[in-house]
Amino acid sequence: MQFVTDPLVRLRDLSVRFAGVPALRGVDLDIGAGEAVGLVGESGSGKSVTWLAALGLLPPTAQVSGSVKLAGEELLAAPQSTLDRVRGGRVAMIFQDPASALNPVQRVGRQVVEALRLHRGLGGAAARAEAKRLFELVGIPDAGRRLDVYPHEMSGGQNQRVMIAMALAGEPELLVADEPTTALDATIQAQILDLLRRLQHEMGMALVLISHDLGVVADMCTRVCVMYAGKIVEEAPSEVLFERPSHPYTQGLLAALPAMVGPRRRLTAIPGSVPEPWNLPPGCAFAPRCERATKACLAPPDFRSMGPGHIAACVHARELVMA
Amino acid sequence: MLRYLALRLARAALTIVLVVTFAFVVLRLSGDPALIIMSPEAPVEAIEAFRHAWGLDQPIWVQYLDYFRAIAHGDLGVSFRDGRPAIELVSERIPATLALTIPALMLKLGVGIPAGIHAALHRNSTSDRLVMAGAVAGFTVPSFVLGLLLVLLFSVQLGWLPSGGQESWRSMILPVITLGFGGAGVLARFTRSAMLEVLGQPYIRTASAKGVPWRQVVRGHALPNAAIPTVTVVGFMVGSLIAGAVVVESVFSWPGVGRLLVVAVSNRDLAVVQCILLLVASTMVASNLVVDLLYGVLDPRLRAGATAGAH
Repeated sequence: MQFVTDPLVRLRDLSVRFAGVPALRGVDLDIGAGEAVGLVGESGSGKSVTWLAALGLLPPTAQVSGSVKLAGEELLAAPQSTLDRVRGGRVAMIFQDPASALNPVQRVGRQVVEALRLHRGLGGAAARAEAKRLFELVGIPDAGRRLDVYPHEMSGGQNQRVMIAMALAGEPELLVADEPTTALDATIQAQILDLLRRLQHEMGMALVLISHDLGVVADMCTRVCVMYAGKIVEEAPSEVLFERPSHPYTQGLLAALPAMVGPRRRLTAIPGSVPEPWNLPPGCAFAPRCERATKACLAPPDFRSMGPGHIAACVHARELVMA
Repeated sequence: MLRYLALRLARAALTIVLVVTFAFVVLRLSGDPALIIMSPEAPVEAIEAFRHAWGLDQPIWVQYLDYFRAIAHGDLGVSFRDGRPAIELVSERIPATLALTIPALMLKLGVGIPAGIHAALHRNSTSDRLVMAGAVAGFTVPSFVLGLLLVLLFSVQLGWLPSGGQESWRSMILPVITLGFGGAGVLARFTRSAMLEVLGQPYIRTASAKGVPWRQVVRGHALPNAAIPTVTVVGFMVGSLIAGAVVVESVFSWPGVGRLLVVAVSNRDLAVVQCILLLVASTMVASNLVVDLLYGVLDPRLRAGATAGAH
């Protein structure tokens, strides 16, 4: 997507290596203010690493290169104090397993108050009142009393609400939700997603939803990026991606989903498995699993424009659409 | 909570009874005190008289019951050797032992815990490797070897410090270092691995992701969690304050409980040995009990009984 002014977040050629092994291989991505963008792909495709790298949350052994700009300000080489201000303040992140993402020996209210103190300078009774308001905002019943319980005394869904309240404490411009419902029951999943959608609209913040669940992303996001083996392979507005997927990998993912309407059909799995990051094929990383692969796929594919806001990294992309 | 406490106390009492029983049986079966104290050449009548005087001619279970009856009345027996109450003999040695073991404990805590934290925070750095090498040396070198090496270097070669005895505070330096070094090593290793475990937890990443500066993440989120396993080891060290210096007291001829124990065992001075073992078992059990209660303070997940109402 093209922005006339600077987007809220602009990632350029973001790459990560762990002990020389590539985990992320040049990601370009823009997130506009107030926009909801989905990031889908299998485990290990680099969805989470992208955002952990952008916020400097990877261990020091990770080699990160490229550029991460927040409203024009470069974050990758930024001093620690800048990062501490950005994290939780302008960009907040919530994680997959809320039970282990909260400090088990601290009362949940105190963990929210810590964020309020850091980013909004609130302390004492004011911080507690605001924490209670946030708990009510994210739908925790009996908010005042719940401030004083420990994470193990709450359910997974309640803990994720605490995480969300904590993330909202700094009034962020962007919330990165990393598989926020994967560890939760199906009914709780829907509630948490509804909550995120409502909060995004009410607070006007941008949302990046990381998920391996295409259905969840389609429901929540206006734009979707599909990642494979550390790269974005296709990016499109949600409805376009689901109606006219251009990359064979995206098509494979959609073919593996059961259809909600129409006759029952056999689900098709993508043959083979994701290549090991230390043993990537030359050129297109998906080629070994792709039934359309040709010699041309041995060279790294460029992005091709498939329509407004729709790009795909596949040399066969255009013929695929024609076919 | 009260139920839990009562249960723990009952278990603690049972542990002490088992230790005392075991010591009682083993000591009675491993040699006749009359022969050792009176010497085997003594006339048979004298030996018989000694046995009768101390009740040693009774069946062992009668002796055992008498012993427990006496303990229940606060009577821990009388030394076969000089006829003084065992408790008196033991308690006058306790200050000397604590004079070594308490400073040694401070040394273990003051060196071991910071070194372990530092090593974990600078994992795989040169300082981490140095700390770990020192720690391994600390708990693999037996204390009598280390003690003798220190004596050889600082007393014999350099002549800086006394090699034994209890003349001045300078006599304490070598035994305290000998005692503290190994424990500091154990604690450094334990603290390091507890910290590494905690630093890899998702909630540490959460704290960083909400903008908590790293020093505060370590202090406010990592340390309180890493303290939980470390407390176990510290509790064990506190529990061995009385009995932990047997070898070192012998090496440095320090007149503490440990030396008394060695002498009493070789003399078959049963009342004294049993009194010391009872004391050792009680301190160990008491510190274990304190550790268990501390867990509850440090880790809300273990306060199951106390917080059941919150659900």
